[in-house]
Amino acid sequence: MAASESYPDELLYHSEHDWARIDGDEATLGVTWFAQDALGELVHYEAPDVGSAVSKDASYGEVESVKAVSDLISPLSGEVLEVNQTVVDAPETVNEDPYGDGWLIRIRMSSADEREQLLSAAEYRKVLEDA
Amino acid sequence: MSYLSVTDADRDAMLAAIGVATVDELFQDIPAGMRFREELAVKPALTEAELQRHFEELAAKNVVDEVCFLGGGIYDHYVPAVVDAVLQRGELLTAYTPYQPEMSQGVLQAIFEYQTAICELTGMDVSNASGYDGTTVAADACFVAKHATGRTKVVVTEATNPQVRQVVKTYAPGFGLEVVEVPHEGGATDPDRIRAAAEDAAAVIFQQPNFFGVLEAAPDLAAAATDAGAMPVAHVDLISLGVLEAPGAYGCAMAIGEGQSAGNAMSYGGPHYGFLAARSDYVRRLPGRIVGETVDAAGERGYVLTLQTREQHIRREKATSNITTNQTLLALAGLVHLSLLGPQGLRELGETCLALAHHAKAELQRAGLELVFPERATFKEFAVRTGRNAREALADARKKGVYAGYPLGRDYPGLDDALLVAVTEKRTVEEIAQLVEALS
Repeated sequence: MAASESYPDELLYHSEHDWARIDGDEATLGVTWFAQDALGELVHYEAPDVGSAVSKDASYGEVESVKAVSDLISPLSGEVLEVNQTVVDAPETVNEDPYGDGWLIRIRMSSADEREQLLSAAEYRKVLEDA
Repeated sequence: MSYLSVTDADRDAMLAAIGVATVDELFQDIPAGMRFREELAVKPALTEAELQRHFEELAAKNVVDEVCFLGGGIYDHYVPAVVDAVLQRGELLTAYTPYQPEMSQGVLQAIFEYQTAICELTGMDVSNASGYDGTTVAADACFVAKHATGRTKVVVTEATNPQVRQVVKTYAPGFGLEVVEVPHEGGATDPDRIRAAAEDAAAVIFQQPNFFGVLEAAPDLAAAATDAGAMPVAHVDLISLGVLEAPGAYGCAMAIGEGQSAGNAMSYGGPHYGFLAARSDYVRRLPGRIVGETVDAAGERGYVLTLQTREQHIRREKATSNITTNQTLLALAGLVHLSLLGPQGLRELGETCLALAHHAKAELQRAGLELVFPERATFKEFAVRTGRNAREALADARKKGVYAGYPLGRDYPGLDDALLVAVTEKRTVEEIAQLVEALS
């Protein structure tokens, strides 16, 4: 049962349809409502290893639906602290709750000023409208 | 044989239907300077009767009356009439790989049943819809192992089919893989050598029975690979699995092979089909098509092509294989044959091959010929020393109407005098006597 369209104001966004929730020097990352809607019901989450490095604008993993695969683009650089096992076991959680239970990884940011380059909810909504 | 001719009137009608004046117009996009302007060096058209006679003359050049003891990967097993009766149905014969798969429920169901049969025989969890042949599935298995383990070396036993090894080596550079061969010792492979060689290997591929027909200590080879952190991959003969243990039962990660011995005529080398099956851990890395069973909106059982996100049309250069098709018709022939045999029939077939091969071994030894590996247990093939150059011995045997076997000297040093002899259930005691007479 997919969630209804929303782009929470307290999050920061990347134009490749990923979001970040900053908490001190850590960030939780996931994909936006738009991404889960475009992919359809997710059936597989290929997650990175805990301890591995992620780079801003680079792929850190993949999600698959029945007929599509999508790279997960990291909005920020850092080290993976935790992978959401709930999504590994039940990928459709992302469709149901993309900003809550459907989070994908938590990282320790290596370069906090990268957040300046991210979009606000309003700016991200504009990206979607212009597309 | 169907014969379809095209008349000038047919051609004109087709051109008119697509709004083109001449056939030449269809080649407009090829620059004039590159277009072939001469006459093709092909004979002018023949009438149906002339064409029939021409093909009969060509076919007459085929040798069909030699008693066949040739093996080495392709075998003269009996293909029951029911196989052709099923294959010749238009719905199955002319359908190519299903691009609109869910419309072709019959074909999908048949492939699903084939996959099920392969899993049951090999003791694996999942099978694909077949590959081209027993060589490319070995290359595919290496790729699966590379992604599953992150390692870039594969180990192959020297006692594995030379063509399988050659194809693996052809693919290896493109996959970024190093290939290491472990030599045989007295016709079989030492597990300790495997353990040492597999130290940082992604997979160990061994053949069972091996190319010499010898039964390897397969469970020990699999254990040696696993100990070193490599995936054990058994290359097996479907027909042997009624009397030999399934790879899944002795620790293999994957089972692959050439399916020809089930349901396919030798056909002068092909087309045949490769099979590839694995533990469920590797399902997302498997190459080729996979058919899945599901229910439709009305709750009725139906079949689909599943896990397509592995394949090129979705994943492009990151796909699990460059092979986008399968050998449906040939694999279906295998399914029909195996279904007809059932577990008991398959066992009886294996026992018959085993018994006849052993009889041939004994008779050849009685006539004074030496086996290359006399201490080794074998299945339906064995290597025998002819006492002279094996190719000459083969040529002389053929003059007596017997194709005595495969000269091993081309692939293995020190075996220029040896022939690999295959004995299937089609061979009779009289034919074996002919073989002995032809070689002694």
